[in-house]
Amino acid sequence: MTDDFANGTEIEVRGLNLWYGTNHALHDISIDIPKNSVTAFIGPSGCGKSTFLRCLNRMNDLIPNCRIEGNVNINGEDIYSKGVDVVDLRKKVGMVFQKPNPFPMSIHDNVAYGPRIHGAPRKEIEGIVEYALRSGALWDEVSGRLNTSALDLSGGQQQRLCIARTLAVKPEVILFDEPCSALDPISTSKIEDLILELKKQYTIVIVTHNMQQAARISDYTAFFLLGDLIEFGRTEQIFESPQRKETEDYITGRFG
Amino acid sequence: MFKRNEMEKGVESLLFISAVAAVLALFLLCLFLFRDGILLFKDYPLTGFLTEKSWYPTSLDPRFGLQPLLFGSILVTVGAIFFAVPLGIAAAIYISELASPRVAGILKPLTEILAGIPSVVFGFFGLVVLVPVIQEALDLSTGQTALTGSVMLGVMALPTIISISEDAISSVPRSIKEGSLALGSTRWQTIHKVTVPAALSGISAAVMLGIGRAIGETMTVMMVTGNTAIIPGFPSGLFEPVRTMTATIALEMGEVPQGSEHFHALFAVGSVLFITTFIINIAAGHIKNRYRFRL
Repeated sequence: MTDDFANGTEIEVRGLNLWYGTNHALHDISIDIPKNSVTAFIGPSGCGKSTFLRCLNRMNDLIPNCRIEGNVNINGEDIYSKGVDVVDLRKKVGMVFQKPNPFPMSIHDNVAYGPRIHGAPRKEIEGIVEYALRSGALWDEVSGRLNTSALDLSGGQQQRLCIARTLAVKPEVILFDEPCSALDPISTSKIEDLILELKKQYTIVIVTHNMQQAARISDYTAFFLLGDLIEFGRTEQIFESPQRKETEDYITGRFG
Repeated sequence: MFKRNEMEKGVESLLFISAVAAVLALFLLCLFLFRDGILLFKDYPLTGFLTEKSWYPTSLDPRFGLQPLLFGSILVTVGAIFFAVPLGIAAAIYISELASPRVAGILKPLTEILAGIPSVVFGFFGLVVLVPVIQEALDLSTGQTALTGSVMLGVMALPTIISISEDAISSVPRSIKEGSLALGSTRWQTIHKVTVPAALSGISAAVMLGIGRAIGETMTVMMVTGNTAIIPGFPSGLFEPVRTMTATIALEMGEVPQGSEHFHALFAVGSVLFITTFIINIAAGHIKNRYRFRL
């Protein structure tokens, strides 16, 4: 793939293979993910798009019997090389999950959790919390009740809290793993607006089941099928003139 | 043939009767315990029972002072808590969060087997093994001390604490732990800042049940604590023989004439024991409700 991205390349993947035990789940994936833009991964269930996303912050490390080969370079550093500190990597590459997963703590402490474990000075915490909640488009709704339980928020608010919590660590890349699949349409559109806002400062990769969503918010789209990366390109091109038959079949709804 | 409605009603009333019978049995037990206990105060003043410093039930001028027994029970139980709670929670964390599935699969059933050992066997082991060890290691005149009782009770409370804490910790959703790890926290930060706090209400229930087991335990403490009814000092009392409320009742009940003052005194001690465990249970309920951020 040529490096014709306006803002340069953030993540460079070369020849990535992944096995769960004997199950070869990702086949020789190579892709360049551009800086400060939204890249969407689409494909039918079980195609490996979430698995691939989780390779980018090494969340697959947690799964026993998972074996990975190949290179993932983020800002020029191979994240699977020996000396890499996973903690530093995950600080740089944040993740928002499918189901909102706030901690059973107050709203404030949820956001302050990341900065605290990374040793932010006590004086700066309040500022970071406000900044993160504002960037997460949640501040106006919760500023008066920061000390109430995060579990009392609605699902959409919880998801924006999880985004704010990720922003508080000041990452460069944010991975979204189907962030709207558990949300209603209004909450979904709020999250989408937020993602469009965030791409000015962050590199965003989003896995989505929803093709309209990919078309609405992403600049680039990658289509996965059965562990292969079938096609990758600008979103308009993928949706309007796909080069591969499989992509076209999926996009026109012939399967999936 | 039964009509369906009658069948429903029949089952319902059967269950109702069982529930009432259980509550009634408990109620009668309390009534019986308190009635016989209160009879002591006909002849012996309540203030004496509470403030008298000695328990001489069989001397010519009998003394029925609760304090040596109450403090004996408290000392042994507190010692057991200090020993069993950290160890039990640590073991639960290891089994649920750190051990490989194979190791956890061996450890968990093993701790549960520990719960099935009869207390007299624990007592026998304590008497034969632990008592001489403590006597020699600490250079004491006897190894039958409050400390020995605490260690034994702690070991006996461990299965309860481990098993219930482990359930509480493993029921913390995986998604929350992943959320913490994805923010760049280490495994240990995730355990002690997210997982354990999220499981705290279950863990405190485990601790309370462990304490309940320890304070009511009779046979083991009787066999290893020496049963001397003197008010223990702290912490020096840990290294001296003590006598608990439960051991007193078990030791003396067989020899007292029914209806005597001594007989009623033992019932009064039993009532105190009952009230103590009752308070612990109420406290457990309150502690559980104090955690605002429940899942």
